[in-house]
Amino acid sequence: MSYLGQQLVNGLTLGGVYALIALGYSLVYGVLQILNFAHGDVYMIGAFLGYFVELALGGPTKSIVPVPIMLFLMFAISMIGTGLLGIVIERFAYRPLRGSSRIAPLISALGVSILLQNAAQLIFSANIRSYDTSSFIPSTAGFSIGDVTIDSVRITILILAFGLMFALSRWINKTQVGRAMRAIAIDRDAAVMMGIDIDKVIRWTFFVGAALAAAAGVMNGLLLRGVSSGMGFVPGLKGFTAAVIGGIGSIPGAMAGGLLLGVVESLTQGYLSTNFSDFYTFILLIAVMLLRPNGLFGKKAIVKA
Amino acid sequence: MSEQENLGIGTDEWVAQHEKRLARRAGLLGVLDLLNQKVSPTIRYAILGIAAIAFGLFVHDFYLQRIAANLGVFLILTLGLNVVMGFAGLLDLGFVAFFGFGAYAYALTSSAQLNQHWPTYLSVPAIVIVTAFLGYLVSLPSRRLFGDYLAIVTLFFGQVFIQLIISSDSITFPGREESTDITGGSNGIPGLDPFVFFGYKFKGAGDYYWLLLVILVLLIIAIIRVDRTRVGRAWKTVREDSLASQAMGIKVNNLKMLAFIVGAAIAGLAGTIFAGIQNSVFINGFDMPLLTLIYAAVILGGSGSIPGSILGAFVMSVLPEILRVQNYSEMLFLSVLILTIAALGKSWKKFAFNISLVLLVGLFIKVLTSALNIATTPAATWAIAPVSKVLQHWLFIPQNRLLWGNVAFVLLISLIAYYSIAKEKIKLYLLPLIAYVAIFVWEDRLVIEPNTTRQLIIGMLLVVLMIVRPQGFLGKTRVEVL
Repeated sequence: MSYLGQQLVNGLTLGGVYALIALGYSLVYGVLQILNFAHGDVYMIGAFLGYFVELALGGPTKSIVPVPIMLFLMFAISMIGTGLLGIVIERFAYRPLRGSSRIAPLISALGVSILLQNAAQLIFSANIRSYDTSSFIPSTAGFSIGDVTIDSVRITILILAFGLMFALSRWINKTQVGRAMRAIAIDRDAAVMMGIDIDKVIRWTFFVGAALAAAAGVMNGLLLRGVSSGMGFVPGLKGFTAAVIGGIGSIPGAMAGGLLLGVVESLTQGYLSTNFSDFYTFILLIAVMLLRPNGLFGKKAIVKA
Repeated sequence: MSEQENLGIGTDEWVAQHEKRLARRAGLLGVLDLLNQKVSPTIRYAILGIAAIAFGLFVHDFYLQRIAANLGVFLILTLGLNVVMGFAGLLDLGFVAFFGFGAYAYALTSSAQLNQHWPTYLSVPAIVIVTAFLGYLVSLPSRRLFGDYLAIVTLFFGQVFIQLIISSDSITFPGREESTDITGGSNGIPGLDPFVFFGYKFKGAGDYYWLLLVILVLLIIAIIRVDRTRVGRAWKTVREDSLASQAMGIKVNNLKMLAFIVGAAIAGLAGTIFAGIQNSVFINGFDMPLLTLIYAAVILGGSGSIPGSILGAFVMSVLPEILRVQNYSEMLFLSVLILTIAALGKSWKKFAFNISLVLLVGLFIKVLTSALNIATTPAATWAIAPVSKVLQHWLFIPQNRLLWGNVAFVLLISLIAYYSIAKEKIKLYLLPLIAYVAIFVWEDRLVIEPNTTRQLIIGMLLVVLMIVRPQGFLGKTRVEVL
């Protein structure tokens, strides 16, 4: 029982990270109907920014500020910086392609992905950097429910991930930009005719999506420590899968898909096989595609194009 | 006008003429365009064929033969992807997995790994059929889904393929105690049997070269023929508008699956030959970098165009080899830079202005830094190749190459991005500055890391190409109804 509980906690932590990445895919898809293949690499840049903030504050062992403030700064600076990068990517790689063929933005995104990955490798070198979390957050700290112990890194991540998701839903449902975003997702032309500034909404979408990915990147750095230029591919793929499982373009779908994916992955790793976990995730994806082609929360798409 | 009569599907009169209007260009590019238009397709294929045969007959250098054989494999892959993506418009991101599957299947049936040594004429066709069947299986869940969903299923399939290969080095079968090593994990499978046809044992890349040549000729003829059949035309209508083609009675799903299967089979064939040439298989070769390389080749040449695929494959497969040698890579870089300036300048006058400004900026910085006694990296450490030996009299390289190179790299990317939105007047002065920073970054950082550089160039190329010329070099402009 305790083993199951432990695996569930691990799964939810992992799922929170996936959900944040998946949200970025879904937000962009909802507004622009394009798949932002470069999202995984945006996540990587976020993780690197968090690492450099940590380094600038004196490193993991000799931090010049208390640990909570350091964590706050790591998340905040990385999210804002990466969010701005998201806006820049949209401006130069996607906006010129608006209204062109469907495949062009995908290829452009592939190009951005290669560019980011190799630029990071060139500038930061191919070495794997480490957040070295255990030096400033002892791995023994935490609390237990029954036999299940939740260490403080996981608690931080869980609280933050769910907090960000909650904030995002409030933002989308309550603010004017969020409303405009939903309107564009339903009918872009009508939204433009109603006087919605589509460029502004798209900028916001990319900013928020990239910032969430950056948060996920920093979380991953805290959890698994290693940061390298190639780290974005697999989480990007998983986030993408989570978004598709939940129903691409749907916000609650992305959250549910991410959490489901994390839990499934953690359980298969715990009970079946560590080496073949991706294989089981793939089977989950195929099953969802066959049974509910529009994802768990997706609306029935009207196929035209 | 004769051109109007053979307009293909997906092009209309205005678009077709639009290409022609664009063609009349001034400056250096106009001259190149004119040269390009004078030669007919048949003659081009013939020249290519004669060159290929001459290469096989007269070049005996082992290294060059190896490059040529790899180019052949890459060409097969590009042509295969061109069928899937160019003709049918399917975004198949698991394409390299089929290539890898073919290679591993050949390795398993022709090595000591499982102690199987099948004859080549049996194993290769069998593998192609099995790979096609695998393609059928992968296309099943995505058959009713279009573009984006197919992309995720195939991308994930590629990832799963890699994980399965890496983890299949210790499989415990039910009923047996010890685990079995099937794929060799990340160590790969060495020591494969070479191809044997009619008692003739293939000795090296030179032998595979002739095999590849024969296969390529057959493949190109086959693809050109298929392109003109009902199926080929139907693929293109599906690509252009699947709803309309469904309304016309075309079986969209079946056609998509067929394209997918054909692509998988071609990739599987390429895989067997690749394994034969390599003598061994490793999982490293079958992941994202190769996939992006193939995609870049198809898109660069022009998605859906056969000559385009060939051109793209040449560029993408020979480029990395050239980049490996510093002297060639520098020459290539400088000529591309000059060509770009020529293309952006649009007239000889502007071109001369830009080039002289670049030279002046460089000279100014060189004189300034030496007058201020700023420390430089000794020329002997970086000016090794003849081109950089000339450059050393003009280019200033600071002491901490790594740091300044990185700073300049970020600056370069920002400048290029800014250039795309700058006003015409600013552009005129911005271009020489970009050119100078580019040369600086090249000599500081890029020349040291050819692999990263190649990937950077490909990434940049894809983004710029999509913005400037989404149809690729030899592709046709298409009007897409959204």
